Amino acid sequence: MVKKLPEGLKSHQLCPGCGHGIILRLLDECFEELGIADNKIVALGVGCSCNANGILGGDDFQCAHGRAAAVATGMKLTRPNVCIVSYQGDGDAYVIGLNETLNAAYRNENITVITVNNANFAMTGGQMSWTTLPNQKTTTSVYGRNCDATGAPIHVPEIIANNFDVAYVARASVNDVKHINQAKKMIKEALTAQMNGEGYSLVEFLSGCPTNWHMTPAQANKHIEEAVIPEYPVGVFKERKAQ
Amino acid sequence: MEKKLWKGNEAVVEAAVRGGCNFFAGYPITPSTEALEYLSWRLPEVGGVFVQAENEIASINMVTGASVCGARALTATSGPGGSLKCEGLSYASRNAVPFVLLNVQRWGTGLGTLDSGQTDYFKETKGGGHGDYRNIVFAPASMQELVDMAYEAWDVAEKYRVVVTILSEAYLGQMMESVEMPEFKKPAERDWALDGTGKKGIGAYSRAIRGGDGTKVLGQTYETIKEEMQRWEEYGLEDADYVVVGFGLPGRISMEAVHKLREEGYKVGMIRPKLVWPYPVKAFEKVNPNVKGFISIESSDFGQMVEDVALAAKKTKRNAPVYLYAHGKGVPGVSTVAEFCKSVMNGEEKEVF
Ligand SMILES: Cc1ncc(C[n+]2csc(CCOP(=O)(O)OP(=O)(O)O)c2C)c(N)n1
Ligand code: SF4
Repeated sequence: MVKKLPEGLKSHQLCPGCGHGIILRLLDECFEELGIADNKIVALGVGCSCNANGILGGDDFQCAHGRAAAVATGMKLTRPNVCIVSYQGDGDAYVIGLNETLNAAYRNENITVITVNNANFAMTGGQMSWTTLPNQKTTTSVYGRNCDATGAPIHVPEIIANNFDVAYVARASVNDVKHINQAKKMIKEALTAQMNGEGYSLVEFLSGCPTNWHMTPAQANKHIEEAVIPEYPVGVFKERKAQ
Repeated sequence: MEKKLWKGNEAVVEAAVRGGCNFFAGYPITPSTEALEYLSWRLPEVGGVFVQAENEIASINMVTGASVCGARALTATSGPGGSLKCEGLSYASRNAVPFVLLNVQRWGTGLGTLDSGQTDYFKETKGGGHGDYRNIVFAPASMQELVDMAYEAWDVAEKYRVVVTILSEAYLGQMMESVEMPEFKKPAERDWALDGTGKKGIGAYSRAIRGGDGTKVLGQTYETIKEEMQRWEEYGLEDADYVVVGFGLPGRISMEAVHKLREEGYKVGMIRPKLVWPYPVKAFEKVNPNVKGFISIESSDFGQMVEDVALAAKKTKRNAPVYLYAHGKGVPGVSTVAEFCKSVMNGEEKEVF
């Protein structure tokens, strides 16, 4: 356990209680503990994940909305010994960038994709995402999401784990200490898989967005436990092959 | 050095490889596909990276990722693929990411056709993507120019930190000519590429153009490029009554037509831009101040480069009418160009500017 703040980590402009902050801290801790803090590049999605720009230390690059997996692919093929991580929201990776996300997984690119699923497009003010829960109210589903009209919540980790030959796929949550500890192990598994050249890894995080959920941070955490996790089970969908 | 027969699309990418290109990502589309096919075996052979991507958006983003990490990266496309590249061009310009785009133009809007054309002039020279940016745009008219321009492309892209476009044409990509292929060169080390250490980033220049005075910094770069990258071929400008302007294959054909007209006694001159951004405005300063007209010959449908001809004439105070021959699909023949020039000189054509 690193008690002190990772060296690179800086202050942020995220809303109080936002899951992004916890995830970014975990990520930076893992970089430090795995000894890759000065041997990694983060390809940033567009969304509240943009905030990582000022938070994470070291090399990063702001990609176009949805294209981070493709940018990360070009980075990894150019710098095969550097750890390449994309950091993207659910809208970025699973809606506008679904194509780039699935194709990178399909090719089993040796990159690590971190996605932050907060069940909405937070940055633009809380519109419906493909991850929005059934009946969830957003600014574009004001009466609650009608899945008959919009399609049902998308489960990208399961799609990838069940269909493509990749190294490691998991879903984590950061709503309580137990989940946070588990999440950190998952990030380490994903990054280690990449550094060992095992192939594509993805960790999705269930993350609270108190602002657009119109909840307090505590309510948001409770909501994740009671409503989000039942839809999006936490766990490992693709274990690393025994080394 | 010995000259050899090469096909355009293969010659251009072989020259790119010899100029240091070590990364390619692309998606097949006629008439640029041979570039992708050739590099699929050639790059691995010389230790480079080749990716057949899922589409043109992904390929230009892979090229972006490779370039920010220090590769000399290339993507190639035609027509509809070019539209999909535009988002990537805009982002690259914003971040000062220098890579090269080969556009083997096919004629037409929408799906267009597989025919040759110059209908992407506006798209490549005036932006295409959102925002306000410029790419350096080479306009080769022969196999040797294709080769020489591809060989130089990354040196220029890295010097100014901009995207370089090679504006080829279907016929140029498909035809064969003999060329002198240059030797391999070793690119200069980039002192700014992301290497994971967090120490270099993508450089102070990139930060500067995204910072407070960014617009000013970028504007200065564009002004420098305009000053330093004036390139054209000319003929008979000093005493010309009429000056023909054309680039690429129609430009090459027009040059022949102009020589023919001179032999027949017509006082006609020619400017063939070798770069279409920046536009060779300085060439117009050499034109006879009493010139009676400019004639733009191009394979667009409604006239694209003609607007730059008019602006260059205005800028250099050559106050003469500007005429347009828009050939559309394909490449005009020598006699077609000569006949059009004659009808302009006979007062049978209406000027567009
Ligand atoms: C091409 C393009 N379309 C739309 C946008 C506007 N936009 C910015 S962020 C965003 C949604 C982000 O949602 P998500 O990825 O879920 O991230 P979050 O903000 O929820 O963390 C949208 C639609 C954009 N930047 N670019
Ligand atoms: S809007 Fe939501 S996701 Fe964005 S910073 Fe605020 S709480 Fe976090």
